[in-house]
Amino acid sequence: MHELGIVFYIIRDVKQAALENHVDHVSAVVMDIGEVSTVVPEYLIDCWQWAVGKEPMLTGCELKINLIPAVTRCEDCGKEYDTVTHGKTCPFCKGSNTFLLRGNEVEIKEIEVPNN
Amino acid sequence: MDEVKVIEIKKSIFAENDKDADDLRKELKTRGVYLLNLMSSPGSGKTTTLVRTINLLKDKIRIAVMEADIDSDVDAVKIKEATGIKSIQLHTGGMCHLDAGMTRQGLDNLPLGDVDLVVLENVGNLVCPAEFDTGSCRNAMILSVPEGDDKPLKYPLMFSVCDVVLINKTDVLPYFDFDMDKCREYIHMRNPEAKVFPVCAKTGEGVDVFAEWLLGEVRTWKK
Repeated sequence: MHELGIVFYIIRDVKQAALENHVDHVSAVVMDIGEVSTVVPEYLIDCWQWAVGKEPMLTGCELKINLIPAVTRCEDCGKEYDTVTHGKTCPFCKGSNTFLLRGNEVEIKEIEVPNN
Repeated sequence: MDEVKVIEIKKSIFAENDKDADDLRKELKTRGVYLLNLMSSPGSGKTTTLVRTINLLKDKIRIAVMEADIDSDVDAVKIKEATGIKSIQLHTGGMCHLDAGMTRQGLDNLPLGDVDLVVLENVGNLVCPAEFDTGSCRNAMILSVPEGDDKPLKYPLMFSVCDVVLINKTDVLPYFDFDMDKCREYIHMRNPEAKVFPVCAKTGEGVDVFAEWLLGEVRTWKK
């Protein structure tokens, strides 16, 4: 259940970004969440809805999630494959000399603010 | 005119914690304090293993322990009673892990000028603590025999961030289908550099090997 902790980090960073941009209300936050980041989007949204109620700057602020598919690259044969299906073992050459290309993101992509 | 304006942020949620953790590590290096982050699932024997290890090392180096739990102070009291060393309890207030900021707050309550080794006993959990760099010099974890030899496959991140894996409760090996060689193989699939120490905290078997490793680490860090 580290989604709640992550929500607190998001709120901290969003509030800071809002201050830097002289914004007093944020209407949406867009997150890039990797498929193997261990963050469960549904839990994140549940925690978010509870937590933003306590932040006047974020009242009614929507959390939008872009799920980033996980892709692993094999160093031995140079091919790329779906991480969730095959894990750390390359399905093409059976090598284990592999690394995650993307899918581990927990990033604030952008925030949306009312345009006055 | 659009109703909303988009402000690009592009910032990892972990970026700030990673920076805090690096800063903390540098400070600890300057002060000559070695911080070990000890993780595991609940009931793997973290506290019992710690008591054994501390009793082997407390005459050689100055040790303090920070116990992190969601609630209660049973672990801090147990450490203090069984070893006599300084031990403090941190409450995470429902959070499943410690981050670098919380670790720093805990360290502020210890007399760091009189300490060589601080062991942080993280919240019992194989998922979340692996995500957050605490600022420790090394990550260690305990896997106990009843949990099964396949845990490195199920919790890959935890095993890939750990420098040391203790396999605890080796006294019950005859009663479980736990394959030590397979377990080592799975651990090394996740982290080829990981050191693996089979131990039995109850009888003390193997704990001396881990304690010796830890002593070497602390002495190297202080150089």
